[in-house]
Amino acid sequence: MTDCAYLGVLISLASYCIGAKLKNKFRCSLFNPLVISGLLTIALLLLLKIPYESYRADAKWISYLLTPATVSLAVPLYEQVHVLKKNTLAILTSILAGVITSLVCVGLIALFFSLDRASLVTLLPKSITTAIGMPLSGQLGGNTSITVAAIIITGVVGNTFAEGFLKLIRVTHPVAKGLAIGTSAHAMGTARAMEMGEVEGAMSSLSIALAGLLTVLLIQFI
Amino acid sequence: MKRLVQFVVILGISFVGEVLDRLIPLPIPGSIYGMVLLFLLLAARVLPLGSVRETAHLLIKWMPLMFIPALVGVMDAWGELMKILVPVLIASSIVTFLVMGATGWTAQWMLGRKRRGERNRD
Repeated sequence: MTDCAYLGVLISLASYCIGAKLKNKFRCSLFNPLVISGLLTIALLLLLKIPYESYRADAKWISYLLTPATVSLAVPLYEQVHVLKKNTLAILTSILAGVITSLVCVGLIALFFSLDRASLVTLLPKSITTAIGMPLSGQLGGNTSITVAAIIITGVVGNTFAEGFLKLIRVTHPVAKGLAIGTSAHAMGTARAMEMGEVEGAMSSLSIALAGLLTVLLIQFI
Repeated sequence: MKRLVQFVVILGISFVGEVLDRLIPLPIPGSIYGMVLLFLLLAARVLPLGSVRETAHLLIKWMPLMFIPALVGVMDAWGELMKILVPVLIASSIVTFLVMGATGWTAQWMLGRKRRGERNRD
């Protein structure tokens, strides 16, 4: 039964639907559909004693469209390019500052814990969107599953605490708030930025693609 | 039919991205080449927005689904994750706040400077 071609896809998608329903009921960032579906799928696989390899062999079809979906990120970027034109220098400089902070801090953590290179490149893309961070980690020899987990924890932290933290450190300009959230916590943070306001949302979603691209560029130098 | 044509355009660009990934010896995923290429084609108005728009938004909306298999892979990488659990948690929590602060402060400082500059000119 465990080698049925549809079981893995079925479990994954059904648990995602349950996650989406739960999210509508409890408006808490921990009830993210992706988090719920990951946990439910793992629980079911362990319960049914299905090894990860046989799950992966058929669930990999879900990921088939990941490259076209990532290519598609150019569309919202193009649609928002007019907000970039107004404050180009401020926007690019601050996203670059965030990306450098992320890479340097992860580098320092790796030094402090004397992590090997594979663990370092696993963690370097942790602030950027999974669409870019996951294949980037893979190409550099990192563990993509741990990268995805780190990216998701980052997103949950950003989504939950962004509003309070920005208030605490007195970042009040809506443009600055949006840039800070999108650069530090990718799409999951952006969901919160969109609730905070239109400018915050637009700036945050612009930062997703730009922070991802800048990270890809800067990582070439390590 | 329109959606299918849009899908074909996006698949075509994805394929070019894949080819570039094989030709260029840099650790840049093919999807990034594709994304930059699509952006340039839209910006140069070689491709009208209508030739990709609806299907692109649909694919983006469904994108979180595509991460499930990798996330479930954590069960396979459990031992490895436990070995670096503390650095993973620090990177995902504390560093997130540092990045948020660095970006937010830089942006606010630069926007404030610009505003003062505009006021001085008045």
